Amino acid sequence: MLESTNLSKSFGKMKALDGISVRMNAGQAISLVGPNGSGKTTFIKCLLGLVIPDGGDVTLNGKHILGHWDYRQHIGYMPQIGRYPDNMRVGQLFDMVREIRRGTFSRVDEDLMRAFEVEKFAHKTMRTLSGGTRQKVSACLAFLFDPDVLILDEPTAGLDPLASEILKEKVLAEKTKGKLVLVTSHILSDLEELTTDVMYIIEGKIQFYQPIEDLKARTGEDKLNRALAHIMKQNAAA
Amino acid sequence: MRTTGTVLPVQNISHKGAKNAKKNLRFAFFAPLRDQFPMLRIVKYVLYDILQNRIVVGYTLFLLAVSLGLFNLSADPTKGLVSLLNIALIVTPLVSIVFATIHFYNSYEFIELLAAQPIRRSVIVWSEFLGLASALTLAVLVGIGIPIAAYAPNATGLSLLAATVGLTIVFVSIALLASVATRDKAKGIGVALLLWFWLALLYDSLVLFLMFALADYPLEKAMLAFVSLNPIDLARVVVLLQMDISALMGYTGALFREFLGTNWGIAFAAAVLLLWAILPMLWAVRIFRKKDL
Repeated sequence: MLESTNLSKSFGKMKALDGISVRMNAGQAISLVGPNGSGKTTFIKCLLGLVIPDGGDVTLNGKHILGHWDYRQHIGYMPQIGRYPDNMRVGQLFDMVREIRRGTFSRVDEDLMRAFEVEKFAHKTMRTLSGGTRQKVSACLAFLFDPDVLILDEPTAGLDPLASEILKEKVLAEKTKGKLVLVTSHILSDLEELTTDVMYIIEGKIQFYQPIEDLKARTGEDKLNRALAHIMKQNAAA
Repeated sequence: MRTTGTVLPVQNISHKGAKNAKKNLRFAFFAPLRDQFPMLRIVKYVLYDILQNRIVVGYTLFLLAVSLGLFNLSADPTKGLVSLLNIALIVTPLVSIVFATIHFYNSYEFIELLAAQPIRRSVIVWSEFLGLASALTLAVLVGIGIPIAAYAPNATGLSLLAATVGLTIVFVSIALLASVATRDKAKGIGVALLLWFWLALLYDSLVLFLMFALADYPLEKAMLAFVSLNPIDLARVVVLLQMDISALMGYTGALFREFLGTNWGIAFAAAVLLLWAILPMLWAVRIFRKKDL
């Protein structure tokens, strides 16, 4: 469904992505894991067209996306830090995004908006919102247009436990509907609950990409965090 | 099969295909036009954001106060116009370029949000441009246009107003180029200020210096070229020619009169200003399409 071939990107001398080739299919939920600065966010931003790669290619359902824009109607993106126009009210923000995407979606999914009770703070300006509330807004926007691909960058960071549970349930529900979900997080227990596969990126390269079950079997551990720790230790030793 | 429990269908799905096919057929010949429609939706929000900003209101009131003050200083509205010309040609480019640059950097979040939506990058930059240019043009129309309409409703007044509006648009365009080309806000504002400084002040000094240094040579035609290369100079000369004081400008003035004083000359000046507005924007769009956000 979503495929990248030999994707690379440098910022100055630093290689953020160094030849990433992966194939991600509908119905998969993929954890994107790696140390800070390993290229996870750059990879996501390349998929979204926010960062223009130096080389390589990305296709969605067989269509090239580099230089195109309309494919973004199939993607819901929740950024790591949701930054929005300060003076805009929450309600206006939703109106604006709906207006911009008018004609590109066939249904709206307001489950999260209801669950997070967005109408209660719809009149507030974005500037006055707490970090967690902004995260709720970002999450609602990502799911609003019922997209086929969901890209969630640190979705539960900053959310209170209740909101975090609501969001996780929503992600699971979408996964079972056959969507592709891509999640980055440093909270491995969340990832273990949500995802089926794990992709480990380090220094802009994919170290491994396999089903979580296989990873656990390979390392002989029964928890994702232990399995990852096992691999990191091996790397350090090598 | 997706569960539809709490998912609201926006329109009747069964009719959607037919509806879209019809729509596509109807718009097939106007595809470029249809693609630009999202722009107007976005311009609305850009304008909304700018008009919430008190700086534009302050700028309008400032222009209004200066214009009314100058017209009331002397009984002769032409004198008022000359003073206004000198101020308008310095102040409006400066305010336009600085405000547009700062606004672009302050809208970074907004731009980032838009860039993740299914719209073209070029639509984002053009929307910013249209929003900024129309807000600042509105300020000029109110702040300078109303006093001119009241005190000097003639060709000279009109040409001054048109020149100021033209410069406003040109400097918004240059500002967007400067902001798109530099990542850092302070650097961007610095570049914008330098460009203004160059076009408003330094350029004239250099041309004057050249004129004196090469006084023995016939430089009239070269002067015409020099003037055309700088939007502020061009605007100034065109307005001055409307004022019947070009006799003070010697041979060069006579040549200007012969060329720029005619309708063709005015059309030429308008075309050059248009180029000054469009070319930096095209360049900005080119850069922005490849920019990492």
